[in-house]
Amino acid sequence: MILTRRAALLGLAGSVTLGRASLALAAAPTDQRFVVVILRGAMDGLSAVVPYGDPALAGLRGDLLPPGPGQEKGLLDLGGYFGLHPALANFHAMYKDGDLAVLHAVAGAYRSRSHFEAQDYLESGASQRLTTGWLNRVVAALPTSTGPVDEAFAVGVAVPLLLRGPAPVGSWAPTSFATPSPELYARIAELHHTDPVTGPAIAAGLRERGFAAGMNTGDTKDNARYAFPALAAEAGKMLARPDGPRIAAMELGGWDTHAAQTNRLEFPLRQLDTGLAALKAALGPAWSKTAILVMTEFGRTVRTNGTKGTDHGTGTVAFALGGAIAGGRVLGDWPGLGAGRLLDDRDLQPTTDLRSVAKGMLAAHLGLNAKALAAVFPGSEAASPVSGLLRS
Amino acid sequence: METRVFQALNRFGLGRRGQEALPADPAAWLAQQLRQPDPTRLAALPSTATGLTALRQDRSEKPKPEDSRTRALYRAEAAAQLANAIATPAPFRESLVWFWTNHFTVSARRGECAAVLGAFVEEAIRPHVTGPFQDMLVAVMRHPAMLLYLDNAQSAGPASLAATFGKRGLNENLARECLELHTVTPAAGYTQADVTEYAKILTGWSIDLEANPPGFRFRPRAHQPGEKTLLGQKFPEGEAGGLQALAFLAGHPATHRALATALARHYIADDPPDAAIRRIEAALRDTGGNLGAAAQALIGIEAAWTPGTKLRRPQEFVVSVVRALDLPENNRPPMIAVLAGLGQPFQSAPAPNGWPDRAADWAAPEAMLRRIDWSYAVSARAGDQDPEAIATASLGPLLRASTRDDMRRAGSRRDALALLLASPEFQRR
Repeated sequence: MILTRRAALLGLAGSVTLGRASLALAAAPTDQRFVVVILRGAMDGLSAVVPYGDPALAGLRGDLLPPGPGQEKGLLDLGGYFGLHPALANFHAMYKDGDLAVLHAVAGAYRSRSHFEAQDYLESGASQRLTTGWLNRVVAALPTSTGPVDEAFAVGVAVPLLLRGPAPVGSWAPTSFATPSPELYARIAELHHTDPVTGPAIAAGLRERGFAAGMNTGDTKDNARYAFPALAAEAGKMLARPDGPRIAAMELGGWDTHAAQTNRLEFPLRQLDTGLAALKAALGPAWSKTAILVMTEFGRTVRTNGTKGTDHGTGTVAFALGGAIAGGRVLGDWPGLGAGRLLDDRDLQPTTDLRSVAKGMLAAHLGLNAKALAAVFPGSEAASPVSGLLRS
Repeated sequence: METRVFQALNRFGLGRRGQEALPADPAAWLAQQLRQPDPTRLAALPSTATGLTALRQDRSEKPKPEDSRTRALYRAEAAAQLANAIATPAPFRESLVWFWTNHFTVSARRGECAAVLGAFVEEAIRPHVTGPFQDMLVAVMRHPAMLLYLDNAQSAGPASLAATFGKRGLNENLARECLELHTVTPAAGYTQADVTEYAKILTGWSIDLEANPPGFRFRPRAHQPGEKTLLGQKFPEGEAGGLQALAFLAGHPATHRALATALARHYIADDPPDAAIRRIEAALRDTGGNLGAAAQALIGIEAAWTPGTKLRRPQEFVVSVVRALDLPENNRPPMIAVLAGLGQPFQSAPAPNGWPDRAADWAAPEAMLRRIDWSYAVSARAGDQDPEAIATASLGPLLRASTRDDMRRAGSRRDALALLLASPEFQRR
């Protein structure tokens, strides 16, 4: 893959995009590895980590629930109250190894149900859009070393806002692999539905490319389905190298499940699960020095909507995983789903600030002190770091 | 009225560029582009002499393809032409340059033409898009690009000195295509005898590659002696006979009809109403074939202001996307490769009849999917621009509620932009 050659040429960092997934890397004077995965489109936390022990759950979204633990294609149990979605088998194995922690009922400090605003805030690390991303400020906050040269470069398309800023970060993107999600194809086909020329042509083209008639399953012949795992494996190889980058940001789309959620969520969850398993495998022994934060801009409505999907909500789930994580636990203060417990009577009430999770990881894993954390997340004094996230 | 503003930008022009000022009076804005001089002449104009010199050197040195001077010139000129189309403040005029360039197709598939393709546009097409058709026709027929492409450079009259004492003979290619595609069309009822006679009239219209500078040259030794008859008209021997024949063909009623039909097909609809064709035809007839008058007539035809009747061809689509996103030069897609991928490689039509101009010719299933894929790919270059602001800026009231709703529901800026660029109202003009 080109990333390897490219990154070798550049020495320190690079960025690559495959399908709906993308990756950006930066060097840092540390031997610890820190990876952030942004799930763009708002992952439904209540489907990824199902609070099957909550008595109100079945009444609110019974038709979206997988079978319980122990049943065929059932939830993967996390200790008697929560269960992982059955597509997250590798996550379950990491949880049992003590390498994965679940943080439930998390959200950013902002309250926006606009994807674009919320993603900006999530990446800025603030309740407003900043010109730099918090992960870039992490790189800047690390003590300088005699390490890689301080050389900025830019090739091809954009680095995510999360990693944008003064610290050197690379960007590279092959256009040939860029294909939209099956749902986006379906929406475009629908927009053309009444066009006598382009409508039938697009429908025929999608059939020829092997889309199922409903176009909901993501069953395409192209390599988009392998994009995130392939990218994650590349990231792992890069991060594993003694002289490789130490900071990576990855993105994975396809989470905006307004309709037919049971079908549509399966695909991105499986990508995430196999992708991070591929990252772990590629890291090899460096896995023990790795911490990964998986986050999304907001959660989704607790109740099912009229099209067997969910709409934009608030509280959701985040994952902390890696060999450096003190996992095997579900953390957070579960607010419950019963009467009067929901935010605006529709969303999971957030009880943990995502910045607290990030700060807890940065403090323990990369050694950032309070002053540095304040620079990374300006105005976050009220969000104190979650302690005990890392193995001591 | 606002719909007409965006119709002027998209139908007649190449799409709005970013947030550029909107014309207050769309019809007047278009008409002004026809009256004023072309504002986009390239700073470093490619010249036919430069291109032919490169061709001469390549022929003698036979370099490897990657070292070919003609290919290098072609690539540089293609990039300059596309950059020109993105930057122009007179997009209707530029669209007319594209239209007439396609009418008189010279294709880079014929490799030796590649070095002079840019010069062909700048010398034979661009100066004449609002002038008499006859001037453009003469400039094209004498241009080395066309003489190479349709083989007239080597043609010799059967009774000429060159044929008598050499191995060369008559080549009818240019004469036939000029009658069939460029001027009167088969509707004029010409015969094979007319084609042969016209080919004889054009003998000697050639290129001197060894001259300094190299360029067009009339070669009396290759010219067929004697008077010729084309469509019942007699033309004298010599270069003057050819010029008279071109004047005759340019002013022929069947030519006016054919040009009017092609213009109406490009600017009104795949199957334009006959009344529209007749109005353009009348404008040509009444002005002695003035192309500016024909374009002015188009502006006045109400059917040309009906949105969405034309599917953008890939080149129109790609340029309008770069204009809509207002991408700076250092963040543009590799347009030459993109155009090839979307099925319209730059100035490389498969045959002398040029690129087709009906939606059905471009809406093959895989072709449409590639447009969608590229819409998604290029959307990554838009950075933090607000997709809805881009949609409103480029389409105004033409943006459909369904597209806007889908864009608002999209999970990322990139998805929202891809929806816009792939939408029917952006794919059409």
